[in-house]
Amino acid sequence: MTGGTTASGAPATSRGAGSAGEPADDTPVAAGPPRRSRAAAWRRVAIVLAVAVLALGLAYWRAGNEVVVTQAVLTGLMIGGVYGLVAMGLTLIFGVLDIVNFAHGAFLAIALYTTVEMVGRFDVHPYLALLVSVPLMFLLGAAVQRFVLAGAIGRPLENQLLITLGIALLIDNGLLLFFGPNPRSVRLPGDSGVQVLGAVVTVSRLLAFAVALVLAALLYLLLQRTRLGTAIRAVAANDTGAQMVGIDTRRIYTVTFALGTACAGAAGVLVAPLVTIEPTTGELFNIIAFVVVVLGGMGNVVGALVGGLLIGLTEQLGALYLPGQSPLLSVFIVFVLVLFLRPQGLFGRSA
Amino acid sequence: MSAAVDTAQEPQAVPEPAWGRHLVAVGVLAVVLAFLPLVLPPAQQSVAVRVLVFAILALGWNIMSGFGGMFSFGHAAYFGLGAYVSVWLLVEQGISPWIGMLAGMAVAAAFAVLIGFLALRYRLKGAYFALSTFAFAEMLRLYATNSDLVNRAVGYNVPLRSESSLAYMQFEPGAASYFWIALALTVLALVTTIVFLRSRTGRFTVAVRDDEDAAAALGIPVMRTKLVTIALSAAITSVAGTFYVQYYFFVDPDVAFGSSVSIQAILPAVIGGVATIWGPVVGAAILGPLNDVTATLLRNPPAGLEFLQGRAGLDVMVYAVLLILIVLVLPQGVYGSLRERFQRR
Repeated sequence: MTGGTTASGAPATSRGAGSAGEPADDTPVAAGPPRRSRAAAWRRVAIVLAVAVLALGLAYWRAGNEVVVTQAVLTGLMIGGVYGLVAMGLTLIFGVLDIVNFAHGAFLAIALYTTVEMVGRFDVHPYLALLVSVPLMFLLGAAVQRFVLAGAIGRPLENQLLITLGIALLIDNGLLLFFGPNPRSVRLPGDSGVQVLGAVVTVSRLLAFAVALVLAALLYLLLQRTRLGTAIRAVAANDTGAQMVGIDTRRIYTVTFALGTACAGAAGVLVAPLVTIEPTTGELFNIIAFVVVVLGGMGNVVGALVGGLLIGLTEQLGALYLPGQSPLLSVFIVFVLVLFLRPQGLFGRSA
Repeated sequence: MSAAVDTAQEPQAVPEPAWGRHLVAVGVLAVVLAFLPLVLPPAQQSVAVRVLVFAILALGWNIMSGFGGMFSFGHAAYFGLGAYVSVWLLVEQGISPWIGMLAGMAVAAAFAVLIGFLALRYRLKGAYFALSTFAFAEMLRLYATNSDLVNRAVGYNVPLRSESSLAYMQFEPGAASYFWIALALTVLALVTTIVFLRSRTGRFTVAVRDDEDAAAALGIPVMRTKLVTIALSAAITSVAGTFYVQYYFFVDPDVAFGSSVSIQAILPAVIGGVATIWGPVVGAAILGPLNDVTATLLRNPPAGLEFLQGRAGLDVMVYAVLLILIVLVLPQGVYGSLRERFQRR
C-alpha cells in the first residue's frame, strides 16, 4: 500500500453522512460483530434458524408431498449459493465504497453473454468462460470505478445511484443492441439429474453451487488473510484512518469495485446453464442481490452468503406457499419485512 | 429553496421566490403551446404528447424526491395505479376515464401514504427508503401479473368507441384534443407544484428536507408534512398513468409497473434539474425529441450504421450516456445549472 494521502481523500470523509443512513454505519467487511454483541448475534441466528425450520416444517405439513418440498429446499439452496456469490460482490462494494450499485446485475449479464458467445463460437465447455469473464469483469469494473464512479464519490446518494443506473441501462441496452432480444441458452455437457433424498438435482446446479461456495471462500480468505484484504477492510472501517496509515484509498476503491464486479462475472458464468439468457436477465439477479445484501447486512460478506442461501430457500418455498404467484413475490415480502424490522440486516450490528 | 435568491423587495429574512413570475410563465407557455397542434405535423405531435406525459410523471416524482427529499425509485407504483384503476373502471364498469382519473389519484395517494407511513415509521432513509419504494412497485407488478382481477399478464385494451367523445377521453387517432388534454394536465401539475410550494405545507416540506431535526424542533409536524407531500406526488404521477392508457389504448403489468417507468419518472427531473419547478418540464422537452431522433435513426440508419437497422436499445443507451454525463458534469441539471448561473450574475 504505497502512495497515500494525496488521493481523493477529502471528499471521501463525508461519505455516508446523511446518505446511507445510520443502520449501516461502519459495517465491517467480513468482520464479525464485536464481542459484547456476540450473544445477541447468536440469538438472532437462532431465531432465523427457528423460523427457517418452522417454515420448512409447515411446508412439509401443508404440501403433504415430501419430495416436492425436498426438491424446493435443494433447488433453493443450490441457487442460493449463487445468489450469495452475486451478493458478496455487491455488499463488498457497498461496504467499502458506500455505493448502491445498480449495475451489478448488468455486469452479470455481460458474463452470461460472454459464456453464450464462447460456447457458440468455439464450442468449449461453458465453465471455461470463467477464465475470460472473471478477468474481463475485473478490468471493466476497475475502469468503471476509475473513470466514471470516482467522480461521484462524496456526492449525494441519488447521484451515485443514478450513475450506476445509467451504467446498467447502458450495458443492458448495449447487449440488446448487439445480441438482440431473442432468448439464448447454454447447455452444460453431460448435464443430468442426480438423485438426492428422493429429489432430483441437476449436475449444473450442483456444480454452480459448489464453485460458488469455493469462490466465496476464496474471496473471504482474500479479505481476511492477505495484505490487500486487510487494506480493504481498513478502508471499509474508516477511510480517513486508513489513508493516514498510508493506504492508497483510491486504489482500494478501484480494486474493491473490480473484485465485486468479478464476483458478478463469475456468477454469470455459473448461472448461464440455469437461466434463459436475455439482456434483462441481469436485472433479476440485481434485485435478488439487493434483497440478499439487505438481509445479510450491507457490507457484511459472510451475511451475504448466508442471506443468499436463505433467499434461495425463500424463493423456492414461497412458490409452495403462494401457488400461482411469482416466486419473487415472497422474496419481496421478506425484503420489505427485513427492511422495516431490521434495516441493518439479520447479522448486522444493531443501530 | 435556499438558492432561490431573487430580486425580492420585501425585507424578509428569507427572500421570497418569484411565485407570480412562475405562474405568469406557466400561463404564457400554455397559451403559446396551445397553438402547437396547428403547426406540428402529426408525427411530431405524438412526440409532443409524450413529452407532456413524461413531464407530468417527472413533476410528480420531483415533489416527493426533489422538494421532499425522499428519493423514490418506485414511482411506477403510482403511475401504474393511475393506469390500472382508470382502465379497470372503464373496461369492467364502463366508467369515464375522467372519473377513473380521480379514482386513480385517490387510490395512488392512499397507497403512497400507506407505504410512506410504513417506511417513515420504521425510519428508512436514503438507499433503504429508495429500495423499499422499489420493492412495493415490484410487488404491485408481480401481483398484477398473476391476478385474475386485473387480467394477469395480458393487461387491458381500451375499448374503442365509434365516435370521438370528450367524456370518454377518446378522439380520432392523432387528434389535437389529446395534445390539449395533456397540455392542460401538465399545466395543472405545474400550477399545483407552484401553489404547493407556496403553501404552508410546501414550505414545511422543504424545511423538513433541509433539516428534519430543526424543523421538528420548530414544531413542524414532520410525519404529516411528509405524508402530504408523498400523497400529492403520487396523485400527480397517477394522472400521467391514466392519460397514458387513454392515449396508447393499452396497459399491461410491465408497461404500468415496470422499473423502467420509475426510471422514466426520474430521468427528466434529473436532466432538467431536481428540486426546481421547471426542471422536469425542461428535462422532458429534451428527452422526448431525443427519443424520437434515436428511434428514427434506428428505422433509417445512415450509411455505415446499417447494422443498427431495426434494433432496439440505442435510444436507451443515448439516455444512459446523457444521464451519466449530466449527473457527473451538471449535477443540478440543465435548468438548475442555468438558473444558478443567472442568479450569480
